Amino acid sequence: MIERFLAWLGETPWSVALLESLYAWPLVESTHVLTLGLFVGCTIMMDLRLTGLAFRNVPVRSFTGRLLPWTHAGFVVMTVTGLLLFYSQPLRYYHNVFFRVKVLVMVAAGINAFVFHRGTHRRASDWGSDAVPPRAARVAGAVSLTAWALVVVAGRLIAYNWFDCDIQPQPGWVNWLAGCEAVTE
Amino acid sequence: MLEPFFRWCESTLIGRAVADSVWAFPILEAVHLLGLCLLGGALLVVDLRMLGVGLTGQPVSRLARHARPWLVAALVVMVATGIPLFLSEAIKAYYNTSFWVKMTTLPVALGFTFGVRERVARDEGMEPGPRCRAIGAVSLALWFTVAAAGRWIGFS
Repeated sequence: MIERFLAWLGETPWSVALLESLYAWPLVESTHVLTLGLFVGCTIMMDLRLTGLAFRNVPVRSFTGRLLPWTHAGFVVMTVTGLLLFYSQPLRYYHNVFFRVKVLVMVAAGINAFVFHRGTHRRASDWGSDAVPPRAARVAGAVSLTAWALVVVAGRLIAYNWFDCDIQPQPGWVNWLAGCEAVTE
Repeated sequence: MLEPFFRWCESTLIGRAVADSVWAFPILEAVHLLGLCLLGGALLVVDLRMLGVGLTGQPVSRLARHARPWLVAALVVMVATGIPLFLSEAIKAYYNTSFWVKMTTLPVALGFTFGVRERVARDEGMEPGPRCRAIGAVSLALWFTVAAAGRWIGFS
């Protein structure tokens, strides 16, 4: 079902035009990459504060409060450009091992951020001025740093077709992870 | 004129090792990107503040002091991964306009960051003046050009 939808999506005129365009695709991709500096960059800075590794005498609340709007702006650009890139080649990305890993880790990073903002961050008025935040905040920061680093690495590796379904034979676990059965059937 | 030097670069042990390996180039590229993320964060925190936005609750000098080691670390990562990436395809780089745009703006950006921005940010407090704002804007523009040209090397 998903397969058929993505196959149809990839054959829509705009998808074909985007993939085959001389400048549009590279521009969208470049925007996606350069916005990393804004989105992941700001995220790293907040995480460094949360782990107590940097900006120790800057209160957490004012640090995150003033950086979050920029992070959100970066996230919007990343999402829009990322969806456009996906739209240019939906079926290929859907069966790309690195893309799948990237999406899973992004979900994990999202849950981590959500839990932190719902819990520990709400009580930041109690600990926000501590040079080294409490354990829960440090863990949230470390998880976020690790997760986004993995997302960036996996994202970059999507460009490589090493594990694509049309390149066989592959180890069983690769075909399982890439969902290749559905293609060969 | 410089072409023989670029040919030599590509023939170096590191250049050939990266070019011959399946994984080396992608992994170096990925780490180069991680460096870009750190660089972006370390620059933006200070540049935005110099422009009068972002972390407006803190003096410019404090943010610049805290961000500095991360800025340097990011640059070290970028250079350490950028050199082997370059060595593996030096001849392609030689004929690549984006590469030359990057290599001319990079020293300017580095000189501006450590020669001008650093000095001004060190003494700047809560109310950045027009000069401080201009420096923040120039810094962002310079590093944006370096990054954009860098990305475009792969497309041209």
